[in-house]
Amino acid sequence: MIDTLLIANRGEIACRIIRTARRLGIRTVAVYSDADAGALHVAMADEAVRIGAAPARDSYLRMDAILDAAARTGAQAIHPGYGFLSENAGFAEACAAAGLVFVGPPASAIRAMGGKSEAKALMETAGVPLVPGYHGEEQNSGVLAAEAARIGFPVLIKASAGGGGKGMKVATSAEDFHEQLASAKREAQAAFGNDRVLIEKYLGRPRHVEIQVFADSHGNCVYLFERDCSIQRRHQKVVEEAPAPNLPLDLRQEMGAAAVAAAKAIGYVGAGTVEFLLDPVETGGDGRFYFMEMNTRLQVEHPVTEYITGQDLVEWQLRVAAGGTLPLSQDQLAMNGHAIEVRLYAEDPDKGFLPQTGTLSHLRFPEAGPHIRVDTGVRQGDAISIHYDPMIAKLIVWDVDRPAAVRRLRQALAGTEVGGLAANIPFLASIAGHAAFLEADLDTRFIERYQADLLPQPAGPDDDVLALAALGVLLERKAETVAAAARTNDPWSPWATADSWRLNDAVPEILTFTDGRENGEPQEVRACRRRDGGFDITLPSGQELTGNARFEPDNAHGGGRLVAEVGGRRLTAGWSRRGRELDLFRPGQHHRLTLVDPLDVGAVDAGGGGRLVAPMPGKVIAVLVAAGDRVEKGQGLVVLEAMKMEHTIKAQGPGTVETVRYTVGDQVPDGAELIIVKGDEA
Amino acid sequence: MPQLISQIDTRAAAFADNVAAMRALVDDLHTTVTGIKQGGGEKARAKHLSRGKLLPRDRVRHLLDPGSPWLEFSQLAAHGVYDDVVPAAGILTGIGRVSGTECVVVANDATVKGGTYYPLTVKKHLRAQEIARENNLPCVYLVDSGGANLPNQDEVFPDRDHFGRIFYNQATMSAAGIPQIAVVMGSCTAGGAYVPAMADESIIVRNQGTIFLGGPPLVKAATGEVVSAEDLGGADVHSRTSGVTDHLAQNDAHALAIARRIVGNLNRVKAPALALREPVAPKYAAEEIYGIIPTDSRKPFDVREIIARLVDGSEFDEFKQLYGTTLVCGFAHLWGYPVGIIANNGILFSESALKGAHFIELCNQRGIPLIFLQNITGFMVGQKYENAGIAKDGAKLVTAVACAKVPKFTVIIGGSFGAGNYGMCGRGYSPRFLYMWPNARISVMGGEQAAGVLATVKRDGLEAQGKTWSAEEEEAFKAPIRAQYEHQGHPYYASARLWDDGIIDPAETRMVLALSLSAALNAAPDANSGEPTTYGVFRM
Repeated sequence: MIDTLLIANRGEIACRIIRTARRLGIRTVAVYSDADAGALHVAMADEAVRIGAAPARDSYLRMDAILDAAARTGAQAIHPGYGFLSENAGFAEACAAAGLVFVGPPASAIRAMGGKSEAKALMETAGVPLVPGYHGEEQNSGVLAAEAARIGFPVLIKASAGGGGKGMKVATSAEDFHEQLASAKREAQAAFGNDRVLIEKYLGRPRHVEIQVFADSHGNCVYLFERDCSIQRRHQKVVEEAPAPNLPLDLRQEMGAAAVAAAKAIGYVGAGTVEFLLDPVETGGDGRFYFMEMNTRLQVEHPVTEYITGQDLVEWQLRVAAGGTLPLSQDQLAMNGHAIEVRLYAEDPDKGFLPQTGTLSHLRFPEAGPHIRVDTGVRQGDAISIHYDPMIAKLIVWDVDRPAAVRRLRQALAGTEVGGLAANIPFLASIAGHAAFLEADLDTRFIERYQADLLPQPAGPDDDVLALAALGVLLERKAETVAAAARTNDPWSPWATADSWRLNDAVPEILTFTDGRENGEPQEVRACRRRDGGFDITLPSGQELTGNARFEPDNAHGGGRLVAEVGGRRLTAGWSRRGRELDLFRPGQHHRLTLVDPLDVGAVDAGGGGRLVAPMPGKVIAVLVAAGDRVEKGQGLVVLEAMKMEHTIKAQGPGTVETVRYTVGDQVPDGAELIIVKGDEA
Repeated sequence: MPQLISQIDTRAAAFADNVAAMRALVDDLHTTVTGIKQGGGEKARAKHLSRGKLLPRDRVRHLLDPGSPWLEFSQLAAHGVYDDVVPAAGILTGIGRVSGTECVVVANDATVKGGTYYPLTVKKHLRAQEIARENNLPCVYLVDSGGANLPNQDEVFPDRDHFGRIFYNQATMSAAGIPQIAVVMGSCTAGGAYVPAMADESIIVRNQGTIFLGGPPLVKAATGEVVSAEDLGGADVHSRTSGVTDHLAQNDAHALAIARRIVGNLNRVKAPALALREPVAPKYAAEEIYGIIPTDSRKPFDVREIIARLVDGSEFDEFKQLYGTTLVCGFAHLWGYPVGIIANNGILFSESALKGAHFIELCNQRGIPLIFLQNITGFMVGQKYENAGIAKDGAKLVTAVACAKVPKFTVIIGGSFGAGNYGMCGRGYSPRFLYMWPNARISVMGGEQAAGVLATVKRDGLEAQGKTWSAEEEEAFKAPIRAQYEHQGHPYYASARLWDDGIIDPAETRMVLALSLSAALNAAPDANSGEPTTYGVFRM
């Protein structure tokens, strides 16, 4: 029996495991690195143990520290989550050696699936269909070329020890093969320290369809149907759904049986995923499926399976780990409706998906319910650090069928707001909104194919956004002015108003915004206060309209929502501001604007020109420049010794030395002009 | 507190007529002011901007706290006075908040005759300094002026309240601890050079501001020396060599940012010695004032209807409601500040004068600021009243008004004629601020009365000589007198000559008074300083 469970992970998965454990009455122990001392998973657990410094290798990958934490807290079992130590056979063994239950498969099963070539050989024996290919020991390039020719071009060359797309190359012809092979081997060597490759038939428009399997230690094994994870970016899953759209029932059963066979072949216990490539007939394929690999852990995308089966896979894991039998038999498992998951990342789609770090100054998720599930490990104010995966959350939606689920997904994304850093929400929203996605025209190159639609040129803020930004700034300015006055002896002063009141006249507030894009032109918005409390707004496009706004507190999330009436339309936006930096959220859009300070003339330079004189009588002890030299602001020019102190005369700005009046050893009087620098024109 | 209940029928035809009439006056005021705000015209503005300078109103806007009010004075100064058109007398003055501190701002408008000082420019500058002194407000001078307007030198230079008084005021205000900050954004020639030189702290804009006692042409004429303006008194010279200025700014915006920082470091604390309340809006809309003021100034209206649209919650605690009923006195709060209000509701009689004097003593004793709502044709005349000593009772009111130390504020909402002007705290009685409504009239007596008096004198003279004077002849005599009084009694005429601090939209009266009250509270409250007010001899 497990009554205390240590979760050797962080973030959303740790939180998700804690939730199930708590529901089952199991005490939870979190582990954390220095970077995570204030993290959500630490706050949620019954107990938490520090295991080291922020880098994963000093904390979440430290078996000794984790085992020690388990010993100190009396945990009987360790759930590794995904990533980190979850597929580390050595860790599974170390747990066993320490008398702890490892919530996962036996070490032998992890090892069996660890190496690609070995795994495929095993699968072949077990009768699991493989992509026609060569997985042999012989790595001679002639042999490899012959095998490629046998399989038929195009072929895929992959690193045997690989993953994540590294060392993966496509050869389209015999001529092309040697070059691609060399390239693949180089990358494999660099990435994995091993240049062994395998060759496979290259599928034109394959779909990634994976089967969730579950086995107990009593010989039972079932499959919990499939997930379609075809929408990937550089082999990273972006959208996952269950069931796979348009998958014939017989094929599903066949794939399920193959996956169960795969699990049984390696004596599997617990939750696992068998990944297949499906070569659909609809897109010119043979309609067959081929084994890719087996992941010997709980997958990131397991919630879609939970949604359609109504099962809690972590609960199943804990039951099986405790020696129990599977809660349901194959006959008792059924699918209901359709679920879709998207992964919300701190990455900037406009900048090549560059991972972002920083503080989540604003975080708003759609309200969870029967149709929407949000798995996250962060709260507003938390940081996305350089140390770990930049995933912010998983949004999972469910509805009775796929079109309804897609609608839910669009709605969920429209209600998701991340401020303080760029996130991939607009990208996910453009996938969810794409006609091909709605039509389930899926394959692993979906994103590549629709790149132009999915990653349009980032547009600047439109009139609505600028009007909202201006109204929000003016509202907050008013509130801040009132709040500041309240701290004075004249707490309700009429001077502490922010309507730009003028006698016999109305002057507009002029607010200038720049947006986050490079080359984004400053946008000027004019807003004139009306007696009725609203504003007459003039936008950069020339459009003139009236606007009025207020903030609605968003108690659940701390931030506020701007509710406005602009030009007779009601507009709402998520709002987060830090000083002059604004994050403004419209459904599926995130605008990052900067309010320009009209009095900020930048780092003001006193100007490089002018005379450089001796501040007091003294002796020149060094001349550091000569006529004609370029000098930068602050650069030392002449050193004087006076009053037993050295004084360095420095350039007051960038310029060129015109004349040096004195040499070393000269005595100079007070106010003597030492050097003339012609300043660059400001 | 008792709440005033309005008796006004906003659906009555008379109300609509009144609204239309007042709206026409307010519209004309707005149109006139909008024209004045264009300064020296399109060409001058374009030239100013082409030099990289900000227009004076933009300078003020950037100097003030974002979104904060700007209480501008004497927008109509010099309006129609000179042969030259000198909008706003070429200078902007007003009160605004800089880094949370209320300041008097004086900004030359170089687009108007090069920012030179006409006689009324000097008067407006000095009035702004007087406001600063009386209300203990730091001064920020945004200097961009060619100095005295030479053709008008005799009315600008020599007298006590002429150009030199500006620097006298800077010195004596600085001595009184009222900070003087100068921002040199253009020329500061001759006497003008003393504005930054006399300032506590000064800023100059590079390649733009110059300070010298004599400009290059004068230097050449006097000594033959040929020197550029920049070398003679440019920003680098004064910031690096002469030390006339303390801060070198790269441009107008930078200079204003420095000015904001300087004010932010002044270490001033405003401590109003009043029992403040949270402000409550009046129960009635301010715009309804338009419909209350009759188009015919001879028709009476109940001034409580005005008070109901000015004070917090329309709540008014009336004093001696049943006595001297032509003067309404009472306590109220305006924007949370306690005030005593004295308002005309008819001609002044002995009783009303005595009541007013009593009420002023009360407010002064208690340290409550006084607001005068002036609409007065004068004191009652006639044998009965003279014999009863209305002169000595009027004198009591005038004495009380003159000697009261609490801040006084006057709004002329109708007529301001004769001794009524004195008893109701006219300009001669140094209210902290005095404003006029666009329907108001000010003169020693009404035009009709003046014409009548003069005609009577003339008729008496003619009849003594045995001559006759026909009704037509009399009318021909009276018409130009009436016209002169109408012209000179008009608020634009008055405001152009700085007999007031500005003409205001009646619907903005509450805000104008609130800002004025709040600004006035920067001065130590005399009435509560422990020093009792001494009055002159009240003739009993």
